[in-house]
Amino acid sequence: MNKRVLEVNHATMRFGGLVAVNDLCMHIDHQEIVALIGPNGAGKTTAFNMITGVYTPTSGSVTLNSRSITGLRPDRIAHAGIARTFQNIRLFKSLTVLDNVLIAQHLRLTSSWPAAVLRMPRYRRENEQMYRRAEELLTYMGLWDVRGEIANSLPYGMQRKLEIARALATQPVLLLLDEPAAGMNPAESAELTELIRGIRDRFHLTVLLIEHHMDVVMDISDRIYVLNYGSLIAEGTPAEIQQNEDVIHAYLGGDDDEA
Amino acid sequence: MTKVKKSSMLLSCLLLAALVSLLAYIDGSASSYIVRITRLCAINIVLALSMNLVQGFTGIFSLGHAGFMAIGAYTVALLTIPVAKKETLFMLEPLIAPFNTLTLPFGAALLIGGLLAAALAFLIGLPCLRLRGDYLAIATLGFSEIIRIVITNAQSLTNGAQGLKSIPKTANIWWCYGIALAVLIFISLLISSSFGRALKAIREDEIAAESMGISLLGHKMLSFMLSAFLAGVGGGLYASYIGTIGPDVFQISRTYDILMIVVMGGMGSISGSVVAAFLVTIGQEWLRVLDGPLPFLPFWPENGVSGMRMVVFSILLLIVILFFRNGLFGHREITWSAIGRRLSALAGHHKDGEVKAHE
Ligand SMILES: Nc1ncnc2c1ncn2[C@@H]1O[C@H](COP(=O)(O)OP(=O)(O)OP(=O)(O)O)[C@@H](O)[C@H]1O
Ligand SMILES: [Mg+2]
Repeated sequence: MNKRVLEVNHATMRFGGLVAVNDLCMHIDHQEIVALIGPNGAGKTTAFNMITGVYTPTSGSVTLNSRSITGLRPDRIAHAGIARTFQNIRLFKSLTVLDNVLIAQHLRLTSSWPAAVLRMPRYRRENEQMYRRAEELLTYMGLWDVRGEIANSLPYGMQRKLEIARALATQPVLLLLDEPAAGMNPAESAELTELIRGIRDRFHLTVLLIEHHMDVVMDISDRIYVLNYGSLIAEGTPAEIQQNEDVIHAYLGGDDDEA
Repeated sequence: MTKVKKSSMLLSCLLLAALVSLLAYIDGSASSYIVRITRLCAINIVLALSMNLVQGFTGIFSLGHAGFMAIGAYTVALLTIPVAKKETLFMLEPLIAPFNTLTLPFGAALLIGGLLAAALAFLIGLPCLRLRGDYLAIATLGFSEIIRIVITNAQSLTNGAQGLKSIPKTANIWWCYGIALAVLIFISLLISSSFGRALKAIREDEIAAESMGISLLGHKMLSFMLSAFLAGVGGGLYASYIGTIGPDVFQISRTYDILMIVVMGGMGSISGSVVAAFLVTIGQEWLRVLDGPLPFLPFWPENGVSGMRMVVFSILLLIVILFFRNGLFGHREITWSAIGRRLSALAGHHKDGEVKAHE
């Protein structure tokens, strides 16, 4: 049961003279929900980008289910089973809600493009399967009624949900959420907390999330990692982190805790 | 659902029948000038759809179209000009083997032209498709010029600046519209498939598309090569349409001509490209009077101003872009159900069961 899903070993990311992430070590077990927190500019998104292949770590390694994914292209890493959302929403803006979720299933398609153009039986089956999964996911996320809307026209909260739906559509084993509650009021973030838990249970997922809303973080996380100026300063359960002197100091001494 | 599909199928068949009769009428009874323009419309449909695939649907800002057209055009010319004609054509240097003794049927020559253009697109794409936006535009523009310069200088293959004459004018109205229709159906099926959705995703947001598991290089290459193939076929048709080609036929301005159709119709609209191909082709012919003398304008030069038609045309294009920022159609398409909705809205009665047509 305690299977290691993700392992980050001594990962460092340098941009010229700036060390955005310094010697990061972390791990996540199967079906855990783990939070990565820290003041603005601490290197959280950079850590996500190293895990998802947007950046190749300057040094160190990343493994998924004991297989090294260090330096792989983002699309290969998505194939391997990591899906993500973005801090600044990155939907396929001028496409419909339904298309957004269909596109995320393209990576599981086994038919070739000529087979798709000719609408061969296997392609038809796969395509129908995609529509069925899209319906299931969108219904689960409460977005089925707006499936025909253009993604960009949705209210902000729904766009965040659609990003999660799109990530789930790739059938990941590990879901990375970059500030899913950003811009949400307390009621909405409470609902989101339930949603993330529900997703974890229903899809047997492992979740790593970056979040500034401490109520969400403390409520949802099994464990928490704290970054400050690129370095890990603490790791532990929510209760441990709340007591940690270094963490309190980093947050009070640094920026505001709200993005 | 199936009922809707069946009736659209029926309507499409009716439209096709009407189109065929119209073409047969034009072919039989209209002046040869009208027939020429009608054929050119179809060739421009092929070229515009091919460019729309990369530019409009994949968001690749490639400006190499004239180069790919040239490959198709020269291939068709070299493979279809009769052997005896070739001997008289190549006066400075004899044509190299195997072309000096080889002629193929027009269809086979078109196919080979397209394949060669696609192969070249692969070679150009490997370094260029990794570039972003403007860099890619400049690189592809440069390649298109390189192709033209190679053509100008490969005397024993292309006859250099003298060009190639006596290309059999096989591309009649049926060839042109047959291929245009085939390309139209092909592009529609591709775009509405999962691969088409992936291309659109790349256009919308490369980083998000890649994070969703879409291989950027793979899909851009697919789009680029298919587009080059179709441009090669379009170029081959064009060669057979005009009968005489030379390096100056495939200057950058050819690319702009097609770009104009795509922009006017709407980047990412198949229907838009088709409609705009007709509008632009016919419009450019129609405005040709502007190049000649305009006696009713007292201040106008006696012999007219050559190029005036392009000035007026560019202004018209500017107006279209200013008022319809996404071209005439934007991303929209003409479908039977859309027409049906319009009609019933016009007739004033609402149908309750909205047709949700998912492909
Ligand atoms: N591509 C890049 N090139 C140069 N510097 C970068 C790059 N990406 C991030 N940085 C820098 O790395 C540091 C960490 O940025 P990062 O986005 O990871 O912070 P974060 O913890 O996600 O902050 P926030 O809470 O504001 O989202 C910042 O100083 C940022 O300016
Ligand atoms: Mg961030």
